[in-house]
Amino acid sequence: MEPVLEIKNLSHVYGVDTPFEHVALDNVSLSVGRGEFVGLIGHTGSGKSTLIQHMNGLLKPMSGQVLFEGQDVWQNAKLTRQLRFHVGLVFQYPEYQLFEETVFQDIAFGPKNMGLSEQEIRARVLRAAGFVGITDKELEKSPFDLSGGQKRRAAIAGVIAMEPDVLILDEPTAGLDPAGRESILENIRAYQAAQGASVIMVSHSMEEIASNVDRLLVMNDSHLVMDATPQEVFAHPEELVRMGLAVPKVTQVLLRLRALGVDVPASAFTVEQAEKLLLPLVKGGSAVC
Amino acid sequence: MLKDVTLGQYFPGETSVHKLDPRTKLVLVIVYIVALFLAKGAASYALVAACLLAVIGISKIHLKVIVKSLKPLLLIIVLTALLNLFYGSGEPLVQFWIFKITKQGIENAVFMVLRIALLVAGTFMLTYTTSPIALTDGLESLLGPLKKLGAPVHELAMMMCIALRFIPTLIEETDKIMSAQKARGADFESGNLISRARALIPILVPLFISAFRRADELATAMECRCYHGGDGRTKLHELRYARRDWTAYILGACMLAGVIVLRQFGL
Repeated sequence: MEPVLEIKNLSHVYGVDTPFEHVALDNVSLSVGRGEFVGLIGHTGSGKSTLIQHMNGLLKPMSGQVLFEGQDVWQNAKLTRQLRFHVGLVFQYPEYQLFEETVFQDIAFGPKNMGLSEQEIRARVLRAAGFVGITDKELEKSPFDLSGGQKRRAAIAGVIAMEPDVLILDEPTAGLDPAGRESILENIRAYQAAQGASVIMVSHSMEEIASNVDRLLVMNDSHLVMDATPQEVFAHPEELVRMGLAVPKVTQVLLRLRALGVDVPASAFTVEQAEKLLLPLVKGGSAVC
Repeated sequence: MLKDVTLGQYFPGETSVHKLDPRTKLVLVIVYIVALFLAKGAASYALVAACLLAVIGISKIHLKVIVKSLKPLLLIIVLTALLNLFYGSGEPLVQFWIFKITKQGIENAVFMVLRIALLVAGTFMLTYTTSPIALTDGLESLLGPLKKLGAPVHELAMMMCIALRFIPTLIEETDKIMSAQKARGADFESGNLISRARALIPILVPLFISAFRRADELATAMECRCYHGGDGRTKLHELRYARRDWTAYILGACMLAGVIVLRQFGL
């Protein structure tokens, strides 16, 4: 797969020369292919946020390189600013960044900064609103009059409206109800499919990760420790638990079944896969329990 | 950038400076400021500066941190230096047009700069080595006598404590909002004054909203814990003077006395 975004030997230290000095990233290398859906997991403080802020040029690497389409993004200042339109970053709780009078204007903030024409801005705002399911009526409302879930959607639309090639989301579903979570994930997948964009999603929900991503990155103590398919990563439950992470609930069930002596391969990490594995056993009527 | 702002920040530590009673530190800062304003000549400034350096040394706070905290004041320091430089009286050393530089002017400029730098660095040492809670306790206890006159000492101390506590939080919040808006292509660094001021709106609106939200949440949390002001409130950690506090008081008095004596000799 053709890589869009590459990170080479990236390191970053916070608070150099203060008592709070802390290594956030230590020699991290990875690449993200076009159209790929990548998950990023790791315990709190493992360096995930620092890593994604390097991906769109908000943080400057202390050593190492960030390449977008093969070009070093810190070559010149203009390129760095352009990068932010190509690599869209949605922060945690993005609804706290809303500020305009109407939702429409807020979504238009990004495209306006890109220097697009009035017409193009309008088209992009409407397209972005469409992806996240914001109605025309809501576009004319004040963002502060929306519900929590709709605010989140409006804020995500604000980044999507720039139509980035790589969309990065830091815990996009944190603090939402289950229906809200699933629908935001659907919005993201819709955007990915329509634009052929790459998506990088940080999440603490192993289920969300398992049912969405093609590839999974695992951070632990400022190192990138795993870079593989979810199947391969979730095949190491003990290691994940040691890092303060876990495997999806379904996989836990399968592992427990195995421990009880039932002959099932513990390679399923979504309910659908587990169903396929378990149903024949039940139907076969063999002595499972 | 914003990360460099260290105002009101506390660097936890286990040194004797950190362990001093907050009342001692507050009184000594006042003594230090008085001494600084009484200082007249090179010798007395040197004495005050030596005391500050000793305290910084004991507290194990990096000198770099102190220098960094002076950075935002650079403009004021430079302006003061220039003003004093050109407004000295006496025999001019250099003269051109309406400007003249005198020996006294140079002296004034150097001493004024020293005074501002020492003043700021000294007071910063207080917040660097004292946690906001200890600081409030100290203030409340020192201002205690005013309670009899009906002054809301506890409430004032609590307000100050909350304000100090929230400075780093709000700075962090500002940083986060700035990053989020930068990610949407906001540009804070170029353009003229008006467009730069305009660029602040996407930061200020979310910041105010979040400050109000935080205030509201904090008020609720305080109510939940039955906070009702200072009446009848007891403390978990009573302030108690230790031996090191008396030592510090004596050293502080020595410094003040030293400066007063040196002043008599015009040094």
